Amino acid sequence: MELELKDVSKTFDKDGQPYQVFSDVTLSVPSGQFVSLLGPSGCGKSTLLNIVAGLEEATTGQVLLNGQPITGPGPDRGVVFQEPALMPWLNVLENVTFALKALGKEEREERAINYLKLVHLSKFIKAYPHELSGGMRQRVAIARALAMDPHILLMDEPFGALDEQTRMMLHKELLAIWSQTKKTILFVTHNIREAVQLSDRIVLMGTRPGRIIKVFEVHLPRPRLATDPEVARLEEEIMDLLGVEIEKVMKEEMGDEYGAEKGHLLHRTSSLVGD
Amino acid sequence: MNTALRRVIFFIALLALWEISYRLNLHLEFTPVRSFPNVLGVLEQLYIGFFGEHKILLFAVLTSMKRLIVGFILALIIGTLLGIMLARYKVVDETLGALIIALQSIPSIVWLPLAMIWFGRNDMAIIFIMVIGGTWSMALNTRMGFKNVQPLLIKAAQTMGYSGFPLFRKVMFPASIPYALTGARLAWAFNWRALIAAELLATGGLGHTLQYAADFFNMNLVVAIMVIISILGIIADQLFFQRVEKRVLTRWGLERA
Repeated sequence: MELELKDVSKTFDKDGQPYQVFSDVTLSVPSGQFVSLLGPSGCGKSTLLNIVAGLEEATTGQVLLNGQPITGPGPDRGVVFQEPALMPWLNVLENVTFALKALGKEEREERAINYLKLVHLSKFIKAYPHELSGGMRQRVAIARALAMDPHILLMDEPFGALDEQTRMMLHKELLAIWSQTKKTILFVTHNIREAVQLSDRIVLMGTRPGRIIKVFEVHLPRPRLATDPEVARLEEEIMDLLGVEIEKVMKEEMGDEYGAEKGHLLHRTSSLVGD
Repeated sequence: MNTALRRVIFFIALLALWEISYRLNLHLEFTPVRSFPNVLGVLEQLYIGFFGEHKILLFAVLTSMKRLIVGFILALIIGTLLGIMLARYKVVDETLGALIIALQSIPSIVWLPLAMIWFGRNDMAIIFIMVIGGTWSMALNTRMGFKNVQPLLIKAAQTMGYSGFPLFRKVMFPASIPYALTGARLAWAFNWRALIAAELLATGGLGHTLQYAADFFNMNLVVAIMVIISILGIIADQLFFQRVEKRVLTRWGLERA
């Protein structure tokens, strides 16, 4: 078993009051699996990913990677954020070798070039981040995370800031990389279609309080077309469950005005499907 | 009409206007003729100053530049170190930081009486005043640079195993360079002002020559020194700071190429 979370909860201080982000999250991710954390904003999916990354601490519970408790960030877990987080003063090659500080210079460059080839950027190794498109930058970030040869790849809405076409291309590219490298991937998203297209398993999270609602095992063959009735059925099932959660968020945000707006709810949830 | 041409025409017109006023004054004497500088007179002073027997302007420029460079480098080093301390330690920021903001509002020439008593009428006193003039803006800008490093870059570096000094050297430091550059540019400008002011009251350098020109009622030399100072300023600003800044801002993604 690769990654194991046991009764993990997170509470932080909000204006002097304890605020529970989520509680009792128990999940195990076997090696090589592609697992999505899917949920509305506020369900704590990114916080959960940050805890696995070691950037935040769990309030209670245990997080184990290959049996070892996680105590802080480290190169055994590669992280790709929503923003590429490249060092603007380094070129593409230097950005990838930045992650490989333990190796000698030649080995570092050779390895970086290999991973840049994997994301089809070998022509751009001398370019600076400001010269690249958003999609290209995110591919550099993926190459950088993979180059460390981590046990697990953690992705926090990595394609959330990209346009639809670029995102679809990167979905294909990510699946190709995944099948080549056999990495375990933990993928955070609020996009139902994205989760359904990519994952072996979808962990659906709810909000207020944050928790796991349901886990879907997805055994459908890839590529998964939106027109495939099985894919459509799964999307619909997830959307029904999420609709209840979104209703909760809206009730809280709108207060008394909520009743009047209720008619719009179905319309709003459908926008979650493809974005 | 392009910018360069427009500029040339403007400056020629300006010089012509100046020469006309000079000639009018020659006949009508609004003000004593000797107190009115003229174009040819200024050019003559520049020529004598650089190529004449004593080369007083050349030596004055060299003396001033030497002081300026020493003072600037010291201000950069001390300012950067202070800025790092301010950004790194909260207690330093709360105490020394307040003092630096207070000191920044004092024109550095105010330190001259103290500097002269401490160091005498020499280079040390002048360099001291320049360092006082440039250090604070360098320190405050460096502090800003470190405070404004994107948290995401730090997080990303942490996930790649960076912490402590390597994190500082490889991420925080380069990320703060655009701010440090603004600080350096300000420090340079303050250094210049402090230098000329201090030299008026000390020995050697352009400021001293300016005082000498005033004593001998040589207004052409005064304007010649103004020309030199502005040319040196343009060279430093346009050829050095602006180029470096443009490159840095573009690469750091803060300005479109």
